[in-house]
Amino acid sequence: MNKPKPYSDMPLRNRDIKVIVNAGLARRHAAEQRFRWYGLTAISLGLIFVVLMFGSIIAKGLPAFWQTYIQVPIAFDAATLDPQGTRDPQALASADYNALVRSGLRQLFPNIEGRLELRALYGLTSTDAAYELQRQVQQNPDLIGSNQAIWLLAAAPVDTFIKGNIDRALDEAERPIKNNQIEWLDQLQGAGKIEKQFNTVLFGNGDSREPEQAGIRGALMGSFFTLLVTFLLSFPIGVATAVYLEEFAPKNRWTDIIEVNINNLAAVPSIVFGLLGLAVFINFFGLPRSAPLVGGLVLSLMTLPVIIIAGRAALTSVPPSIREAALGMGASKLQMVGHHVLPLAMPGMLTGSIIGMARALGESAPLLMIGMVAFIVDVPKNFLDPATVLPVQIYLWSDLPERAFVERTSAAIMVLLAFMILMNGLAIILRKRFERRW
Amino acid sequence: MIKHKLALAMTAAFVLAGIAQAQSARDYISIVGSSTVYPFTTAVAEQFGKSNANFKTPKVESTGTGGGFKLFCGGIGVQHPDISNASRAIKKSEIETCAKNGVTDIVEINIGFDGIVVASAKKNKPITLTIKDLWLALAKEVPDSTGKLATNTAKTWQDVNPALPANKIEVLGPPPTSGTRDAFVELVMDHGCKEFAAIKELEKADEKKAKTVCQTIREDGAFIEAGENDNLIVNKLVANPNALGIFGYSFLEENLDKIQGETINGVAPTFESIADGKYPVSRPLFVYVKKAHIGVIPGIKEFIAEFTSEKAVGDDGYLNRKGLIPLPTAKRKQVATDANGLKTLAP
Repeated sequence: MNKPKPYSDMPLRNRDIKVIVNAGLARRHAAEQRFRWYGLTAISLGLIFVVLMFGSIIAKGLPAFWQTYIQVPIAFDAATLDPQGTRDPQALASADYNALVRSGLRQLFPNIEGRLELRALYGLTSTDAAYELQRQVQQNPDLIGSNQAIWLLAAAPVDTFIKGNIDRALDEAERPIKNNQIEWLDQLQGAGKIEKQFNTVLFGNGDSREPEQAGIRGALMGSFFTLLVTFLLSFPIGVATAVYLEEFAPKNRWTDIIEVNINNLAAVPSIVFGLLGLAVFINFFGLPRSAPLVGGLVLSLMTLPVIIIAGRAALTSVPPSIREAALGMGASKLQMVGHHVLPLAMPGMLTGSIIGMARALGESAPLLMIGMVAFIVDVPKNFLDPATVLPVQIYLWSDLPERAFVERTSAAIMVLLAFMILMNGLAIILRKRFERRW
Repeated sequence: MIKHKLALAMTAAFVLAGIAQAQSARDYISIVGSSTVYPFTTAVAEQFGKSNANFKTPKVESTGTGGGFKLFCGGIGVQHPDISNASRAIKKSEIETCAKNGVTDIVEINIGFDGIVVASAKKNKPITLTIKDLWLALAKEVPDSTGKLATNTAKTWQDVNPALPANKIEVLGPPPTSGTRDAFVELVMDHGCKEFAAIKELEKADEKKAKTVCQTIREDGAFIEAGENDNLIVNKLVANPNALGIFGYSFLEENLDKIQGETINGVAPTFESIADGKYPVSRPLFVYVKKAHIGVIPGIKEFIAEFTSEKAVGDDGYLNRKGLIPLPTAKRKQVATDANGLKTLAP
């Protein structure tokens, strides 16, 4: 660089400079304006897409949180349910509860005759209605002999119709609800015997092939067990690795190689971890397919590099003066790390882990390989029960032909998004509250 | 330090293996295989679990037909699945793989039919296609007027057949990994090309070449691979009125308000026409059971009984409401007797 010339030596061409600057000024302002405008467009484009996505998911999924019920008068006939009068649980379990539902529906519409008409009538309530009555009787055998008006779950096409998603004007052959059924439903609605209640089934049941009985409880528990395994494995190992590499390990070619590998692993497509899990955990160690334990192991392989990288970044951000002061006071290296550096780095490490876990929560590709993309009705109770996870449940529901699964798919997406927002929010709160600036 | 960690990891792995051994007595049926049969098998599995308090609900994985057989033929033992769903019959090579791994006694159950429909958006005028038209529109190479093979240049349906409208050829279909694609190639492409004398001659001269010519679908944008998700194809059809889509009959049945099935060889895809075999593009669906697992895994026999019951696969069964086309009554009875008698495939 040239040395600046002394002030007195500068030629007096201030006017020229001013002219030149003024001439270019408009152009420079315009360029800056344009640049700001590009930025604004980019952001608003992004926002529009986010709003569109959320809007369409919420618009589709919101109705799924309510479910249609039909009030049916049920006569808990002692002769059908418990002819011997023994209240024997075995006999109560095998009684014909469908007959109760049918006679209840006939009581609502006594004038209906003919096999086809009756079938259409019985099709109004879910196939779960009989099991619902069974559960109620088993819980409270005193119901036998009494008459009750009971809210029974409506079948999925009825639910879709009541929510206004089936056009009445369509040709009869093109809708799942027929003319006579519409007539009955209108009558029931007029009499106040149709009600939309909060969809407890969605949160209380496992998967089902009947949309009105399908729930995400199984998938939620599966996600919970899987993530628990992931956290229990990847957090301690990740933190220990980060501390060792950052504080204790000598800086030589070996640690360089390890570091490069860890950074590489963080970018490996997740399906590769699934293949690895299949080869190692299932084929070699003989762990069961579809188990949250294996899912957790595979996802922790995926999360580990993220936690290690975040952990090392958190450790480097602790200023060396802390270490020097601790060592100067006579602390051992382990005490220095354990008492001072690690607690100060912990918020950063936790933030990294939570973000890693959020990514693991949304992952479905590696689980395909280890058998977690499956239809599972029973809610998993431990780490070895067959299970599926929330994103996989969404994928499976999106591929089913029944129309009523569309809104349930979106509802499941909303639940997944809520968990994501919760986890990422937690990460932000942790950072805001505990992070120290030096 | 590193040694200690390694030792620790090894111990952990052994403990895990120990847990696996401890729970090796699997008490639920494990099913793998075709995503086309998945909606039907899951419905039976759920019904089976609900009506049998003694048995757990089977676990049904959706792995695709080929992937399913790979797992199914992996061997005998609780870590291998008991039942495999298939949207085509088991291949000879697969039976051989099975035998190599000790899986010899396999019970085949034909559960019903699935129609493959070519559909378009409702607002379109329906068109009547033939298998020949479809092949001419979708094959990569077609014979020209002199019978010589040339790259397919047809842009509109009118180029294929003057009786058809001048709409652009745009067909959304499943990717090669899908069983639906296999069936479409076998039922439409293979038959369509045989209507040309040139191909017939070629077949006599070079059978392999003829097969390739018949089965290769063009890659210039007329045929669009739209992924495995049939709901996606339905939505794309609604958005794009010119396009035709290829998928399973159950998706047509559920979306009759949005789309219509095109007539093929003069037969419209309806429940009845597929059931009595008039509709040309339909395929049988299968379930394969490993006989050696009966008595080891509880409930397999009862599950077969449920799957072959009139309540499930009958003319009025619950699978019928899910879009499965039932077998003719006599055939159904035969299948039920064979399956419940555990008649195995001839080796």
